Amino acid sequence: MLKVESINVSYDTIQVLHDVSFHVDEGEIVTLIGANGAGKTTTMHTVSGLIRPKSGKVEFLGKDLVRTAPDRIVRMGLSQVPEGRRVFANLTVLENLEMGAFTKRDGKNAERLATVFRSFPRLEERKGQPAGTLSGGEQQMLAIGRALMAAPRLLLLDEPSMGLSPLLVKEIFSIVKQINANGTTVLLVEQNARMALSIAHRAYVLETGKVVASGDAKELAESEEVRKAYLGL
Amino acid sequence: MDLLLFLQQLLNGISLGSVYALVAIGYTMVYGIVKLINFAHGDILMIGAYCGYYAFTWAQGTASPGLAIAFAFALAMGISALTGVVVEKTCYRPLRNAPRINALITAIGVSIVLENGARVLPFMGPNPRQVRIPEALTGVLQFSGLTISKVQVLTLATSIALMLVLTLFVQYTRTGKAMRAVSHDQQAALLMGISVDRIVSITFAVGAALGGAGGVLFAMNFPMIDPYMGIMPGLKAFVAAVFGGIGSIPGAMLGGLVMGVAETLTKGFISTKLADAVSFGILIVILLVRPAGILGKATREKV
Repeated sequence: MLKVESINVSYDTIQVLHDVSFHVDEGEIVTLIGANGAGKTTTMHTVSGLIRPKSGKVEFLGKDLVRTAPDRIVRMGLSQVPEGRRVFANLTVLENLEMGAFTKRDGKNAERLATVFRSFPRLEERKGQPAGTLSGGEQQMLAIGRALMAAPRLLLLDEPSMGLSPLLVKEIFSIVKQINANGTTVLLVEQNARMALSIAHRAYVLETGKVVASGDAKELAESEEVRKAYLGL
Repeated sequence: MDLLLFLQQLLNGISLGSVYALVAIGYTMVYGIVKLINFAHGDILMIGAYCGYYAFTWAQGTASPGLAIAFAFALAMGISALTGVVVEKTCYRPLRNAPRINALITAIGVSIVLENGARVLPFMGPNPRQVRIPEALTGVLQFSGLTISKVQVLTLATSIALMLVLTLFVQYTRTGKAMRAVSHDQQAALLMGISVDRIVSITFAVGAALGGAGGVLFAMNFPMIDPYMGIMPGLKAFVAAVFGGIGSIPGAMLGGLVMGVAETLTKGFISTKLADAVSFGILIVILLVRPAGILGKATREKV
């Protein structure tokens, strides 16, 4: 579904990604794990078209993304929940969700809204409230709900666990699993490797801009190297 | 002091201030979206005034005065909006990711080009022109001792209507919400599939259209137009936007009214010569005391 082939990305003169390749198949949860500064967010930004790679290929459903504008990429069915949630604090919860459905003008937004409210009842309770007044966990739910309003085929999640309590992290991850079970493919970037590996089918390990390991999530979670470097065991 | 005189000046000030408010909205909207002080915005007012002048002169003979005035506004707002969009596309968009000072200098350049462009255009030229106020709008209305000219009535009615429409547009339409989203976080807006370029164009169009309408009103209140006529009201509207809190639309409206009232009260009770000094004195005071403006939110620069 998504194919990233040896992309090289630089900010000015500093190269951040070196020949990064990975792929996501329909129906999967794939996770990219790695420490701070490994290039995870850069990878996500490149897929969403916010950054152009110096070389390499990004394909979604067989179509090139490298020369596609970010708003077109969303229309193709690829949505991202950015790192740090980035909800529109000055808009109400409902308006945020409407913005998530900005590309959808097929008259089915009321249905989508009802689905999102079913997954996140808290958002319905607070729909008239400015998003800036929500707690961190609620904002994360809003960010996910907002991305779901575009009815994506592939959902990119960048560090959904950031800054949340362990209990909330658990809740968020079970929701991600549910979203996947409902038929949305998921690409998940996480520092919380243990949680990410527990719900993912496959995983890639990023280290200073390079893919250093990849494979079945369960196997990676058991491999000595990964356990030492990323799980602290 | 004389209460009646005070109320009279207050009324004049509100009428003038509503024009400043219209122009200030253009500054504040553009700043809210692209963080640029568009110093060419005052010249959009001049373009609006000229368009209104030509449109009215042309339509006057053929249509009823009401229709001619409506046509003048429509043309002024349309051409101004077009100018705003073209200026953004050709001059500011290429500098979107450049340091902000570059775009600011460009805006000053655009302003000079528009003013002097108007001077050399054969049908505009450097000489001031007298605006003939249509018959239907000459004369005054009297009520309990206060005098209000028909032009002032039209000024207030038009600007209030336009501000109302704008507020509804920004609050309730899909595009209006997208504008607010872009002004808060451009990158997140892109990730929602919002075309930021389009929203920026629309913002410039709307802001310039209001500026153009402000130009027509300004030319009716001070019936003399010339290529440099936009500078002073432009600067005062900028002060109004800063006063209200740049980026805030209600702030710009409030700021405009305050500037208009301050100006007419100074003219009425202190000295005509001091009016501009007071206007810009307000800028200095607000920057010292509350740099974020009355309705603006203090934001910390992210490091």
